[in-house]
Amino acid sequence: MFARSGLRSTQRVFAGARNGAINVTKRAASTSSGAEASPVRLNIAAAASTAVAIGSIAWYYHLYGPTAHAMTPAEEGLHATKYPWVHQQWFKTFDHQALRRGFQVYREVCAACHSLQRVPYRAFVGTILTVDEAKAMAEENEYDTEPNDQGEIEKRPGKLSDYLPAPYKNDEAARFANNGALPPDLSLMVKARHGGCDYIFSLLTGYPDEPPAGAQVGAGLNFNPYFPGTGIAMARVLYDDLVDYEDGTRASTSQMAKDVTEFLNWAAEPEMDDRKRTGLKVLVVTSILFAATVWVKRYKWAYLKSRKIAYAPPKDANVQHRQ
Amino acid sequence: MAQLGTVYNLFFRRNYAMLATVFTTAFAWEMLYDNTMNKVWDNINKGRQWKDIRQKYIQGADDE
Repeated sequence: MFARSGLRSTQRVFAGARNGAINVTKRAASTSSGAEASPVRLNIAAAASTAVAIGSIAWYYHLYGPTAHAMTPAEEGLHATKYPWVHQQWFKTFDHQALRRGFQVYREVCAACHSLQRVPYRAFVGTILTVDEAKAMAEENEYDTEPNDQGEIEKRPGKLSDYLPAPYKNDEAARFANNGALPPDLSLMVKARHGGCDYIFSLLTGYPDEPPAGAQVGAGLNFNPYFPGTGIAMARVLYDDLVDYEDGTRASTSQMAKDVTEFLNWAAEPEMDDRKRTGLKVLVVTSILFAATVWVKRYKWAYLKSRKIAYAPPKDANVQHRQ
Repeated sequence: MAQLGTVYNLFFRRNYAMLATVFTTAFAWEMLYDNTMNKVWDNINKGRQWKDIRQKYIQGADDE
C-alpha cells in the first residue's frame, strides 16, 4: 500500500514537471484533504530540480568551460624565461658594442646555415661597422651584374647597397644540406616567434646534455624543451669560447647567446633607437600639454565648482496674487 | 603693463608680424627642444650608442 502511494507520488512529481499549473491546484486540493500532504514529494521535487540544475551546469562547463588546447604542452614547447633585457626598456637603445659582438657571432656561427637576407650592408654603417669595414665586408661576396650588351650576366664584388648573401642558393639546397630541415631566415626572427628575445636566448642555451628519460627524439633531431615539439634539427652550436671577441669580452655560451639575440633584435627592428627617442620626446611634450589642459579646465571651472546657489523666497508683499 | 603693450604692438598687432612671430618661435622652440631632448637621451644611453664606441674603430681604420 505504502509502496503504491509512494510510486504514485513520484508519478505526480513527473506529471507536475510537465504541466505545473494544473498540478498546483491539484496539489492544493490534495493538501487540503490532508492525507497525502507529505513533504516527501516536495523533497523529491527539490532534489530532482537541483540534480537537473547541477547537471546542466556540469554539461555547460564540459562544453564551454575548459580551455581547449590544440597541442600538448610538449608540442607547445617550454615557455621561455623572461629576462631583463636592457635594450627593451622604454628609453634604452641597443648596446651597440653588444650588437657588434652579436654580428660577429652571427658571421662566424649562425651564417653557416641561416640567412639574414633582409639586412643590407648599408644598415651596418653607423650602427655596427664603420663605412670602410662594411665596404670591405660587402666586397668579399660576389653578386650578379645587370646584363651587359651581349646579355651576359657577370659577377661583381658587393657594394653597400647589397643584401647579406644567403649560405644556400635556395630553400631546396638548404633542406638538402640539412637533412630535410630548412634553417629559417633570421632577419625578423625576434618578431616572428612567441617570446621574442627570451625564446631565442632560451633556445640557444637550453640544450640539455642528454635528453631526459622517456623523451622521444626523432632520427637526426636534437632535444630542446623550448622548441615546439622538442625535436629540433639544429644541434647545440654555442659552446664556451667558440668565438674570439675583438673587444676582449669572455665568450661564454650565455654571453654569445645574449649578444646574438640582441643583434637579431636589431636586425628585426633597426629603427628601434630612433623610435624610442621620438617616443621620449612625444611623451614629454604630451605630458606637459596634458598638465596644461588639466590646469586650464580647473581654472575655468573654479567659479562653477565654488559657487553657492541660494534661494531667496519672495516676500509676501511683493507677490502678486491673482484676483 | 606698458611692456606688454609694446610686445603686443610689436608682435601681435599686425597679421604679418603675428605670422612671423608664430613661425619663428615654432622653429626656435623645435630646435631648442630637440637639442635638449637629444642631450637627455644621450645621457640616458651613455656608452650604448654607436657614436660612443665609434672612436675605437675609426682609429683602427686610420692606421691601415
